[in-house]
Amino acid sequence: MIKVENVHKSFGDEKILKGINTEFDKGKTNLIIGQSGSGKTVFLKCLLGLFKPEQGRIYYEDKAIQDMDDEEQRQLREKIGMLFQGGALFDSMNIEENVMFPLRMFTNRKKSDHLDRVNAVLKRVKLENVNKKFPAEISGGMQKRVAIARAIVNEPRFLFCDEPNSGLDPKTATIIDNLIQEITHENNITTIVVTHDMNSVMEIGEKVVFLKEGLLVWQGTNQEIFKTDHEDVTNFVYSSDLFKKIREVQNKEA
Amino acid sequence: MKYLHDIGSYFLMLKRVFGSFTKTSVLRHLILKEINDLIITSLPIVAFISFFVGGVVAIQTALNMDNPIIPKTLIGFATRQSVILEFAPTFMSIIMAGKVGSFITSSIGSMRVTEQIDALEVMGINSLNYLVFPKIVALMFYPFVIVVSMFLGIMGGWVAGVQGGFVSSSDFLAGVQEGFIPYQLFYAFFKTLVFSFILATVPSWQGFYMKGGALEVGKASTNSFVWTSVLIIAANYIITQLLLS
Repeated sequence: MIKVENVHKSFGDEKILKGINTEFDKGKTNLIIGQSGSGKTVFLKCLLGLFKPEQGRIYYEDKAIQDMDDEEQRQLREKIGMLFQGGALFDSMNIEENVMFPLRMFTNRKKSDHLDRVNAVLKRVKLENVNKKFPAEISGGMQKRVAIARAIVNEPRFLFCDEPNSGLDPKTATIIDNLIQEITHENNITTIVVTHDMNSVMEIGEKVVFLKEGLLVWQGTNQEIFKTDHEDVTNFVYSSDLFKKIREVQNKEA
Repeated sequence: MKYLHDIGSYFLMLKRVFGSFTKTSVLRHLILKEINDLIITSLPIVAFISFFVGGVVAIQTALNMDNPIIPKTLIGFATRQSVILEFAPTFMSIIMAGKVGSFITSSIGSMRVTEQIDALEVMGINSLNYLVFPKIVALMFYPFVIVVSMFLGIMGGWVAGVQGGFVSSSDFLAGVQEGFIPYQLFYAFFKTLVFSFILATVPSWQGFYMKGGALEVGKASTNSFVWTSVLIIAANYIITQLLLS
């Protein structure tokens, strides 16, 4: 569980986050949504400790990240898996080395044990026979799956995903979404996904947090988001023609 | 004001490079890789340039000696002094700022652009130690490159001088041995070590703190070459004043 209390973040005179309060539940896929420029990525980087908020506290289970010393923060980061927007795979390493990287850095097991674990997670993300290929030699969807494998190889307790579907076709995007949700449930981890893809909200949004101009204006589930009367949320949700038509059909049926 | 900020940021980077070390087994592997990328792959171009510049120094000296009183041994002497004191340590370092410096900046800059550095930070790895420290250690082997450059530079002078008919082999070799002061070798290697530190850290700083996309990686590489060269020339002047004057 991650708890956020009154988090503020500015860059110069520009206030990006203006006092966010929320909780992200364990064993659920928690989505942060909002328009571009609403502060989603800055919020994510505050959660990860890459940005320091000027005000407010972020609790990982019982302890605030602000109260942790460098060593405690380092230990916390070993429990975090992160899926970056572009995958952020290391170009100079092949797929096997990329996935093995966190194991090499943080564990002292034998190489054969590392290899077994790497093969197991690659199999889990439905990737086989790619061990010796380099990131540039595989497709964008496969790169995302490798990045998921790298994020979960060290059995993290927290999984963060920054726009995991960007640049993917709808079918591959659904596969990635489902994979993230399955892994969350299987390992009972706290997963936070930043997205502006409404398909992801429908598929995996067990808890949805909506940001607008640095403020948390709505939170609920993927079922509730389609029923809410909140103007900002409905403007966002029904901004695409597809969802407008779905709403028209629903209204007619009602 | 920006320069002061940049200088401060450079020294803060150095502080972080030597803090929170990466696991030794991983570091060992990284250092060996950097020795290959930065040192071994530089040897062919260093050998080529050194040999021919040494030859040109010998020919230029010979062509400018029109007074019969000046002994032919001066060709060997001038070649040795030019190569050992300036060409090999200083001008080879400027060439390395282009080859090694741009490589370091563009590789770290690309990692910044593609969020690979963020990935290291999120994992709790000191990205500066992981990326920059192996480069500093690898470039401590840079004096070895300079030894090769010195040897091939003098060799080039000997080949050009003797084969071109400017000087006999014995006169050239006598000139090379004439008035040799071992302290000058210490001076040359001392400044080479200082240059190697500049070669490792300034391009790393340029790459690590760059902002933007692919275009900015190119700009950072250019800035890296300019600033590394400027610092090498400035350091060369200061060290020469301190050690030789």
